[in-house]
Amino acid sequence: MLLGIYSLLSASFFVAMDAVDVAFTEAAVGAGISTLLMLVAITMTGRSEHPTRHKPLLALAVVIVTGSLLIYGTLDMPYFGSAEAPIHQHVAPRYINDSMQEIGVPNIVTSVLASYRAFDTFGEVVVIFTAGMGVLALLSVVRHSEDNAKIDSINQSMHEQHLILRIVSKMMIPFILLFAFYVQFHGDFGPGGGFQAGVIFAAAILLYAMLFGMSTARRVINQTLIRILAATGVLLYGSVGVVSLLNGKEFFDYSALSADPVAGQHLGILLIELGVGITVASVMVIIFFNFADRRDYSQSKESEDL
Amino acid sequence: MIIGLYNYWVVVVLMMIGFYIVIAHGNLIKKIVGLSIFQTSVFIFYISMAKVDGGTAPILAQGIEQYSNPLPHVLILTAIVVGIATTALGLALAVRIKEAYGSVEEEEIQNKDNQDC
Repeated sequence: MLLGIYSLLSASFFVAMDAVDVAFTEAAVGAGISTLLMLVAITMTGRSEHPTRHKPLLALAVVIVTGSLLIYGTLDMPYFGSAEAPIHQHVAPRYINDSMQEIGVPNIVTSVLASYRAFDTFGEVVVIFTAGMGVLALLSVVRHSEDNAKIDSINQSMHEQHLILRIVSKMMIPFILLFAFYVQFHGDFGPGGGFQAGVIFAAAILLYAMLFGMSTARRVINQTLIRILAATGVLLYGSVGVVSLLNGKEFFDYSALSADPVAGQHLGILLIELGVGITVASVMVIIFFNFADRRDYSQSKESEDL
Repeated sequence: MIIGLYNYWVVVVLMMIGFYIVIAHGNLIKKIVGLSIFQTSVFIFYISMAKVDGGTAPILAQGIEQYSNPLPHVLILTAIVVGIATTALGLALAVRIKEAYGSVEEEEIQNKDNQDC
């Protein structure tokens, strides 16, 4: 809970620092998914901590020494907000001055993310995909039908309540999904893009799953389909790069996609953001569903033991 | 003016809080929370470096001369989503450890391992 407030605070800090795209991501991730994930994990691993610490004084001493060394190191750093800082001298002016002619997209963050540094972003998407697969490998359970019936009855009794919450959220979910699509396709012009849209889309699905129970949500969202979609997003991203290779340009050089280089850039960015959005949304859903399944599974095992 | 460096000090303080949690607590979940605080401090470090006085958000518009640096924004934007995915992986490992050992305390896990040997 405190972590959720913490990430909302850092999101507003990012707005103050002019990083609207980053703030958007942090708000979407922190307010919904990371808090929920933490809570599920805590219910599964036990609420209270063992009171013993490993030599807190020694740890404190290490932390203080490291901290003072780091602060001593900052004395040579450029001042906050200074326009002469080295970071602003090298590639940033090129992005700010030339990206409109080269890419034709007003949001510089999107053009750097999806075009200048497309290879980097590809790596990030693969990391997200791999993490999703890791969670799948660690937590996935084979479901048996008799378990299913038991869990269904637990869910049914739990979700008979909270009627007002359910009806209000039911009305809101379509708008959240619509907003996710807006963020996805408007990322060229305003803050937004595949990463944010994917997280918002996943948040809508998680809201549905929380209010109507896992078994209902599992009926709506096919797990196999979600897994295939997660891979499709990465493949879509990679294949855009391969297409530009086949057309005789460099990997992720979108000007190969169309006769007009700027139109090619637009098409490339659109496809890549779509790939990112699909992968991020499905990986988030996979992670959440696997955590929830695992919790149901261990609960039903415990009740059998008793 | 030495006070112009305060953004780095905030980052250092946050980073040290996270670091302390990681080394002083035996609970694996708390270690992951500490790591994510550590991670946020790095995000804040990058974003505060990108800020230019009088600059605005890096979305091109008419009549605006000064923009903040877009490059750190791109790096951190992806890092946040990657961060949540890897945190989920860490939590998944903690959950499996809990199932295998019945505890997420470092000491208890080590004791059990020693008994088995």
